[in-house]
Amino acid sequence: MNTLFDKIWDAHIVNKIDEGPTQLYIDRHYCHEVTSPQAFNGLRERGIKVFRPEKTFCSPDHNIPTLNQDKPIADSVSRNQVETLTKNANEFGVTLFGLGHPNNGIIHVIGPENGLTLPGYTIVCGDSHTSTHGAFGAVAFGIGTSEVEMVLASQCILQPKPKTMRITVNGQLKPFVTAKDIALYIIAKMTTGGATGYFVEYAGEAIRNLSMEERMTVCNLSIEMGARGGLIAPDDTTFEYIKGREYAPKGDEWVKSIAYWRTLKSDNNAVFDKEIVFNAEDIEPRITYGTNPGMGIGISENIPNIDEIDDTGKISFKKSIDYMGFKPGEKLLGKPIDYVFLGSCTNGRIEDFRAFANIVKGRHKAKNIVAWLVPGSWKVIAQIKEEGLDKILMEAGFEIRQPGCSACLAMNEDKVPAGKYAVSTSNRNFEGRQGPGARTILAGPLVAAAAAITGKITDPRTIQHD
Amino acid sequence: MKDKFSTLTSTCIPLPVENIDTDQIIPARFLKATTRKGFGDNLFRDWRYDSNGNPIASFVLNNPAYSGSILVAGKNFGSGSSREHAAWAVAGYGFKVVVSSFFADIFKNNALNNCVLPVVVSEDFLSSLFDSINNAPATTVTVDLNAQTITNNATGESESFSINSYKKGCLLNGFDDIDFLLSKKDDIEEWENKR
Repeated sequence: MNTLFDKIWDAHIVNKIDEGPTQLYIDRHYCHEVTSPQAFNGLRERGIKVFRPEKTFCSPDHNIPTLNQDKPIADSVSRNQVETLTKNANEFGVTLFGLGHPNNGIIHVIGPENGLTLPGYTIVCGDSHTSTHGAFGAVAFGIGTSEVEMVLASQCILQPKPKTMRITVNGQLKPFVTAKDIALYIIAKMTTGGATGYFVEYAGEAIRNLSMEERMTVCNLSIEMGARGGLIAPDDTTFEYIKGREYAPKGDEWVKSIAYWRTLKSDNNAVFDKEIVFNAEDIEPRITYGTNPGMGIGISENIPNIDEIDDTGKISFKKSIDYMGFKPGEKLLGKPIDYVFLGSCTNGRIEDFRAFANIVKGRHKAKNIVAWLVPGSWKVIAQIKEEGLDKILMEAGFEIRQPGCSACLAMNEDKVPAGKYAVSTSNRNFEGRQGPGARTILAGPLVAAAAAITGKITDPRTIQHD
Repeated sequence: MKDKFSTLTSTCIPLPVENIDTDQIIPARFLKATTRKGFGDNLFRDWRYDSNGNPIASFVLNNPAYSGSILVAGKNFGSGSSREHAAWAVAGYGFKVVVSSFFADIFKNNALNNCVLPVVVSEDFLSSLFDSINNAPATTVTVDLNAQTITNNATGESESFSINSYKKGCLLNGFDDIDFLLSKKDDIEEWENKR
């Protein structure tokens, strides 16, 4: 009567500390340039090596430019951080997919893409969107740098065991409703801290029917309601995706792996600490209006009025709406916007580019819009070209940039100027997230595409389709 | 060996905003350093300084009436990113304790790994503490880790808070998780072989 989460967690316990955390073994450790340098320094200060170097994979992504990656990074501080990752990977003997490497890209895009993320694994990275990998039926979660050092030093981590929650989405999605809309809907219902302390399993017909990339989008956003992580039981969709990828098991190993992976599901009578049920039919394309991902509405709805907000939240609500330059109770449809960002570990995969291209095909980018289309990896770029999406996008006035986290957190030069509105397929609309003073409206790739061609917040269902 | 924590009595800095995310605590553009030092200078950067780098007088860290090593914040402090830089910024500024009615998980772990004690109090205690500080900025709070109690010295209200006994021991004694894990190498190898 165990949940899938319990099964994977329990299979990785090395020690349980009395009245303390669990010592958990980690199967896969991903590293990027921002949250790892202090951890490698820690190893140096202690005079120790990486305990299991073959289990760690690094890719610079947060801080890198999305143009001219073959040239030295102009910002010397960013360049130093990226070079430090290269130096650390070489010195400590861990695998690096450096700038320009065919496997380089956003760490949460390239892990699955290369068959490094597998069902039943425990996976960590110094990045909260590590929850993405839960789409494969893995226990995957973000950690801090001290914990990165723990994993490098011992392949283990000390963690309190989270509680379990199952979120079931029954029924079928309506047309033009994407995985991003499911996630933004769930987060708005749960609020930004509503799943804190829990590890979520997503279930139900609407989840089961999602592709692997869509499942990754849903699991990716688990952290935005505070969840430690989110996972989905693996099935044939999962196995089909993994098969044949570079690091995936092959031959007899593959046969053995599949047999094990098929056991990875919650028992029929599994007991969760919390159960939540939603209906897919209730979800329409979504947008956010505030400064956390829980502050979202259906695209046709109005921003809440102040009297609909709890007393303790009124100050924060007001601050948030003021920052965004919106009024309580107003509609957002038709509001002019300035920037569109398609990309990030949330929506930077090939299906997102197909969805975007499908809307803009035969149309043109609005004059008032600056659009940044940033694929999540070089492999996504190769696929875009193979499918001819680059031509469709170019004819519509869009340019494809080089892979990286880019305007999701604006550590590189892809910054939205103060006061400007960006419809963004990324994961956070926090104040200043996309640049100091930038105003972010989170949405899926279809809403982003509709905004890019009309120059304003537009319901993609109202665009004429071929 | 890390810093130790046992008891602390201090005035407080109040920040009665809910859902303060890690991008507010330390914006991403300040995450480019390769050491743990200096992040306190940019704690709450965009609330604290304008775009020209001048202090914003209305922000509490720039108000000379408030000082101390206890930060009192609204519900769900530290949501968002896993960046430990947020904990380094809080610690680097000089805070030893953050009091709130709710913390995001990763921030809580990161704080504890940097000898910053996250103290979870009830909504009532928090709201009363904000009132006390608002009425008298010199209000002090006492946090006793050994007894696991927090006291608002203006009203005498006291609450107990929870912390797992392993982490409590680490903080009281200045122990470090990595030392602990390194001492378990044989167990780890044995576990790997049994797999």
